[in-house]
Amino acid sequence: MNERLGPLIPEITLAAGAVAGLLAGSWLPRHRQWVIRLLAAAACLAALAATAFTVAGTRTADFGTSYAIDVATNTVRVVVAAATLLVIGLSADTVQAHKREAEFYVLLLLAALGTIVLAGANDLLLLFAGYLLASVPAYALAGFAKDSPGTEAALKYYLMGALAGVAMLTGVTLLYGTGRTTSYPLLQTTLVAAPHGAVAVGVIAVTAGLLFKSGAVPAHFWVPDVTDGTTTPVAAFVTTVPKLGGLAALLRLLTVAIPAAAVNWPLLIAVLAAASMTLGNLAAFFQDSVKRLLAYSTISQAGYLLMAVAVAARSATAPRSLLFYLAAYAVTNLAAFAVVAALPQASTVADYRGLTRQHPGLAAVLVVSLLGLVGTPPTAVFLAKLQVFTTAIDGGYGWLTALAAANTVASLFYYLRWLTPAFLPGPAGPRPATLEPADRAATAVAYTAGAASLALGIAGTTVLPLVTGHLIR
Amino acid sequence: MLPVIVFLPAAAALALLALPRRVPRTVFVWAWIGVSAADVTLVGAAWVGYDPRAGFGWTENTAWIPTVGIRYHVGVDGLSLPLLAMTAVLFLMAAVYSLRETRRVRSYVCLFLFLQTVSLGLFAALDLIVFFVFFDLSIVGMYFVIAGWGHGEAARAAALKFFLYTFTGSLALLLGFIGLYLAARPHTFDMVTLIRANPLAGRGAYGGLVLLAVAAGLAVKTPTVPFHTWLPPAHTEAPAAGSAILAGVLLKMGTYGFVRIAMPMLPGQWRRYALVFVVIGVVSAVYGALVALAQASFKRMIAYTSVNHMGYILLGAGAAGILAGTSAQARSLAVTGAVTQMVSHGLLTGALFLLSGVLFDRGHTYDMAAYSGLAGRTPVFAGLTAVAAFGSLGIPAMSGFIAEFQIFTGSLASATAATAVAVLGILITAALFLRALQRVFLGPLRRPGTPAAFRDLHPAEVASIAPLLAASVAIGVAPRFLLDVIEPAARTIITLVAR
Repeated sequence: MNERLGPLIPEITLAAGAVAGLLAGSWLPRHRQWVIRLLAAAACLAALAATAFTVAGTRTADFGTSYAIDVATNTVRVVVAAATLLVIGLSADTVQAHKREAEFYVLLLLAALGTIVLAGANDLLLLFAGYLLASVPAYALAGFAKDSPGTEAALKYYLMGALAGVAMLTGVTLLYGTGRTTSYPLLQTTLVAAPHGAVAVGVIAVTAGLLFKSGAVPAHFWVPDVTDGTTTPVAAFVTTVPKLGGLAALLRLLTVAIPAAAVNWPLLIAVLAAASMTLGNLAAFFQDSVKRLLAYSTISQAGYLLMAVAVAARSATAPRSLLFYLAAYAVTNLAAFAVVAALPQASTVADYRGLTRQHPGLAAVLVVSLLGLVGTPPTAVFLAKLQVFTTAIDGGYGWLTALAAANTVASLFYYLRWLTPAFLPGPAGPRPATLEPADRAATAVAYTAGAASLALGIAGTTVLPLVTGHLIR
Repeated sequence: MLPVIVFLPAAAALALLALPRRVPRTVFVWAWIGVSAADVTLVGAAWVGYDPRAGFGWTENTAWIPTVGIRYHVGVDGLSLPLLAMTAVLFLMAAVYSLRETRRVRSYVCLFLFLQTVSLGLFAALDLIVFFVFFDLSIVGMYFVIAGWGHGEAARAAALKFFLYTFTGSLALLLGFIGLYLAARPHTFDMVTLIRANPLAGRGAYGGLVLLAVAAGLAVKTPTVPFHTWLPPAHTEAPAAGSAILAGVLLKMGTYGFVRIAMPMLPGQWRRYALVFVVIGVVSAVYGALVALAQASFKRMIAYTSVNHMGYILLGAGAAGILAGTSAQARSLAVTGAVTQMVSHGLLTGALFLLSGVLFDRGHTYDMAAYSGLAGRTPVFAGLTAVAAFGSLGIPAMSGFIAEFQIFTGSLASATAATAVAVLGILITAALFLRALQRVFLGPLRRPGTPAAFRDLHPAEVASIAPLLAASVAIGVAPRFLLDVIEPAARTIITLVAR
């Protein structure tokens, strides 16, 4: 059994950062808690660097076969670390000099670590451990503000998560019972002979947990309430980062562990994808609160992402499409949330009236991110959607692609409901208080994420080879 | 050469955005005029340096996103070069016209420069994704032009309608492109390779679906009946220069797509369903003319004549797909006419929309019933409007006649009944333009609002409208310089469709 720690440096860095932050936070006076913020950012940067360093020697399975380090894990490592870094930037204003500032960053690092473990888990038990590690800190983050919407959000998030977790554990038990192993590569062979009914129930139950992490139908009920109830940085985090791990884990579970002969999972995922994008869009139509609107938009995005998972068994380009879309989605979604965070007083779409006049830069980021989420070229999501659509048609899901195209058009409606007021001249008289900007950090994050979204679309050619490859089997 | 032509306006826009806000507004417009004039010169140089018999000229082909089979491949031929030239000229004229614009000029100029890059880039594209990127961005740019500089709240609704319609079309187009991409071995988005490979030959229902997706996407943009309902509100609400660009350039993206993509890449399917396109073309031509006849608003009327004129293009393109009972020469004539019509419509309708902008500027309404007898007060305005109207209804010695004559001659043999019906469209257009001229310019003087001076054309307005009409007359009188470029490309298309 290989138990090398070298390839695990990115995970170890995050864990060490969290532990060090917790310890140091206990001793530092409150006005010097910002040190922890720097520490957390440094941990993310170190994880990024370590991934870049180890990426050359990819494709190894560690600790037996239980942890896979391949293109999916590496991509999720990079995107999660970068996204966490951006969220740390966003949070600077919200939690500065908060009495539990250190805990905030520690929880952020732990949830990020759990997400990466989810993506790399090549064993059902490790998958569940990753699930818990990614979920529990996120519950606490959701209620961090200790106000009533935040508490409600945390409770709802926790109850849904606990339910999905129980389902997942049941599924793990079933698969273990029928396949007599928890290791993915071994399950691939043992499940063929297992009773298909039990395997199907097990797969559905485990999928339920991962769909909860992905914020996809039918485990999406927490998304709008948590996004609306919690602080904007946390909302940005929980709608972006867990999705990365959940979807990568789903891809790995279904392609590596579940033999296609045992369960017709492609159809199941395709139906869930269709439901996710459609329900997310329909619910977003008449939302006036920008955070709720974005929340439903992330549900529909989960649907497009699931398309790539649905055809993973039939198309060799599916992993690349999914991983690129994950990266594109993360920066674009964070850019949109960063604009929301930069204008903390503006909570409804009508409040954005006159934005172009007052903050042309933020308006530009809003255009890039919202039209980016639609999939307008040349942003990153366009390139991602192009690949996902191509992969889906290639994999025989023409109907799903047509539905996704129709949903894309429909989504335009609510994104434009938000964009159009931004371009109207503002109300006459003194500047409205709704468009008072927050600190510069959130604005800087908005610029960074918006620029990254554009760059990833135009210069996608430099990134695509890095996310191309096969999962370890 | 081509990347410079395409990206020069966008680079200029970025430079202008960096200027401080207190720079006077005329600086921006003059910068736009300068950049557009440079573009016209460059396109002229490209025209001189292009050999029509050589197929694609001025090509550049570099890898963009090789993993997905996307290349930055650009080039011109006899189909795209005239449209590039028309686009460059029309943007220059829109720039000159905009000297009188006063509202948020900085953003206005930058937005138009962006649209200019997008439009030129589309016509130069030889890769489906490059084409699609510009196709989609044109929608985004025009949305902001209509919503930001239109006439109030109705403009926002019109802009939204425009965006939703054309974006739906563009996604259908994207699905069609993906269908082409997947059919080609190896997978590619390269137009030249796809034209050569004819990947959907003999692919039955799949080929039919791809043509359906591509044609639906292009038909929304063109627009043809029944997808034309976004057009009248978008035109009515847009500012004059925006309308001119929308009608003159953006509509051509649809018709150009038919001859550039649908016909040569899906020849078998095109031949099979040619009659469908002929019928849609004729219905658009006649229906567009009839509805235009019923309009009380001058601008709405011109908008509907666009549907009519685009119908002729589709008739010519469809007739070129009917092989029975015609010669290659006749079919080539139909395609040549269709491309000429794109150029001609761009010039004439561009001029008409700028003139309708003048009308609105003076009287604050497009309602023709509000005006009467303007000819005595504004002779230049009346004269230019009359020339543009006569050109648009297809009077000989102007470009519209050359175009429509070729389309009808080329289509007559293969689609006799359809052509006969389409000629009715000419009659109706003639009637509606003459009636409009009579109502607005003849009779006793009457103008809306206070009896303030109803001023004749400003020099900037003359300088923007007259050259468009002069170009149309030049094509009408001495068309060889244009036809010599279009004809070889049209013959190539005919050969490709017939294989």
